[in-house]
Amino acid sequence: MKVTGSEALIKSLLEEGVDTIFGYPGGAIMPIYDSLYSYMDKVNHILTRHEQGAIHAAQGYSRVSGKVGVCFATSGPGATNLITGIADAQIDSTPLVCITGQVPSHLLGTDAFQESDVIGISMPVTKWNYQITSSQEIPEIISKAFYIAKSGRPGPVLIDITKDAQFSGLNFKYKRCEKIRSYHPYPILDENKVSDAAKLIDKSKKPMILVGQGVLLSNAEKELLEFSEKSGIPMASTLLGLSAVSCNHKNYVGYLGMHGNYGPNVKTNECDLIIAIGMRFDDRVTGDTSKYAINAKVIHIEIDPSEIDKIIKTKVAINADAKEALINLIPKINKRSHEGWINEFKECDKLEYDKIIDKEINNKEDKILMAEVVNKISNLTKGNAIVVTDVGQHQMVTSRYYKFNKPNSNITSGGLGTMGFALPAALGSKIGKKNREVIAIIGDGGIQMTIQELATISQYKIGVKILILNNNFLGMVRQWQELFFDNRYSFTEMENPDFNVISDGYRIKNNIVENKKDLDDAIEEFINFKGPYLLNVIVEKEENVFPMVPSGESVSNIRLE
Amino acid sequence: MKGKGIYQVKGSEKKIKEYTLSVLTEDKAGLLNHITIIFNRRKMNIKSLNVSTTEVNGVSRFTIVVNSTKEKIIKILNHINKLIDVLGAFLYEENEIYFQEIALYKLSTKIFMKGDIVEKIIRKHGAKILEIEEEHTIIQKTGSKKETQNLYNDLDKFGGILEFARSGRVALSKKKRKTINFLKELEKTKSNKLNI
Repeated sequence: MKVTGSEALIKSLLEEGVDTIFGYPGGAIMPIYDSLYSYMDKVNHILTRHEQGAIHAAQGYSRVSGKVGVCFATSGPGATNLITGIADAQIDSTPLVCITGQVPSHLLGTDAFQESDVIGISMPVTKWNYQITSSQEIPEIISKAFYIAKSGRPGPVLIDITKDAQFSGLNFKYKRCEKIRSYHPYPILDENKVSDAAKLIDKSKKPMILVGQGVLLSNAEKELLEFSEKSGIPMASTLLGLSAVSCNHKNYVGYLGMHGNYGPNVKTNECDLIIAIGMRFDDRVTGDTSKYAINAKVIHIEIDPSEIDKIIKTKVAINADAKEALINLIPKINKRSHEGWINEFKECDKLEYDKIIDKEINNKEDKILMAEVVNKISNLTKGNAIVVTDVGQHQMVTSRYYKFNKPNSNITSGGLGTMGFALPAALGSKIGKKNREVIAIIGDGGIQMTIQELATISQYKIGVKILILNNNFLGMVRQWQELFFDNRYSFTEMENPDFNVISDGYRIKNNIVENKKDLDDAIEEFINFKGPYLLNVIVEKEENVFPMVPSGESVSNIRLE
Repeated sequence: MKGKGIYQVKGSEKKIKEYTLSVLTEDKAGLLNHITIIFNRRKMNIKSLNVSTTEVNGVSRFTIVVNSTKEKIIKILNHINKLIDVLGAFLYEENEIYFQEIALYKLSTKIFMKGDIVEKIIRKHGAKILEIEEEHTIIQKTGSKKETQNLYNDLDKFGGILEFARSGRVALSKKKRKTINFLKELEKTKSNKLNI
């Protein structure tokens, strides 16, 4: 069938099962948007208000649904505006296919209007990128793009298509990519390594499982539980691993890292075996690596070979998909219980509760604390909502206090720490999982980085709940200035706009809470409202997030105050 | 060592040595950039780099020489192996490869013709006279960097070197392996999809 390149692109996306595209048109991608016009009944396109909004929305969509997120942008500034989201997706392993328009091929390299070398620019932050200059290439390259984005350790792929390739014709035939000889996304599992791991597990006295996002990406939640329940080993979660296991599970001992729970951090240096599953020992998890897991042997289950031994030396490395590895590991281990060891975590929890949690959630002061707001939302939604967070104090508080109960429910910018992520990611999440409650929890700093996406939410009536934890500060930076820079609050205080008036401007229902007595009712209305809703909660100005492992220190030095 | 897949170092090898990476890739535009970005990110200098075709159509070979600790170069190697269009990256120490460089020396013909001393030097170093023109003479020498440098030093004494250029290292492993068999192994793999 003879079609234009741009129509071939849309047809290829349909072949890959794409139902939603987030994007923003412009000169060099106009032929594609023109073809899209004819396919409006088959594919949903969401016009965001900035390309960064489009890509974060695609990320949210992908992370809740497990599907590849797709976004469109034009050449030049359209393409460069995607870069932050691409880098975010790369470091957080989110499968995306980004399509950018490009100037006609005869103008490449001439500094043509809206030309940018997006292939060069995106090279270090994409899993793969490719420039199409001939329409003939479109079906094959798009099928490759989806295969690469989704398989193995997922990641973003960028395909740049010159305008002439969009216009010219081809005979459309589509074949899904199943193999690339230079690309081996699923390493063959080494059974011997699994047996070695099983021996270490059976011998260990104080073992600990570190749950990473790899568990979610490989859909290994069930196998993880089976593994933990059979071995009796406690599970701690990284930031991106949150929600892989219910926070209420008896073997779940909390959240790891700089602002994680007390128990899993201090016990890292008391345990004798670490079983790290689909995680990459980020510095926010390890602190000082020379004083990390000092008494422990390490088993690392990881699909990406370049992550193995990158930060922490392993005793046994299982280079495989997490689910496949666990399926093979479970029958090889003995049924055991580690009750005494788990009780040690419970004692830590008690200490943390007395020193921090109790004071925060049962706060007697007039001023509202972030923790009590998140705790109320967690209770009201029974931990069943999808929670999308931005970056900073509110993010750490949410990670600590929201009791996730369902997988793929914690959508946040982890590795890159991208402020401005949450609002667009939340709208994408809601589109990806229409039947679930989606709550965006955002600081007053972060929301202003992508606040224009309120227009997208309003136009498409996307029923996300937007909670601003508003302290008129860039809170996390301020906290560091207080603790490590002698209270010198250099450019962290903000005079904010009236978020409620802004919300009115975007025709989004909203409310503000300044007094604690109004909090319960306001949160209830916020949760129960059908449709988008923005709740602006004025919180204590100078609140600090504890526990805290000071940057570059050992996890043992976690501070409770 | 194997190509795609996992490289691991036992213990911590902190000694800085010269390593040669031999990277087989699909013949794709932009790959050079992809590979050098990985070195650049870790602030590692490339001592020499050569890109050439191989005996297999459509397959290129990058030969990269660096000074590094084993630990650091293996992390880089694992990253290179992750690139979609890289067929396999191999790491070698000097005793595991045959390697050569080529150097060209442009001398003024006047100096070259001054007695037979220059000719003796050229002979001593096993170099070759490529071209004698009225103005200048081109000498060619293949060998290790040390050997081409020694010739340079000897010639330099006469002050007659007008221009000098040295190529990147080319290297072949001492192993029996053939590229085509390595590619066949890659084609056979079942690691293209999840086997559960």
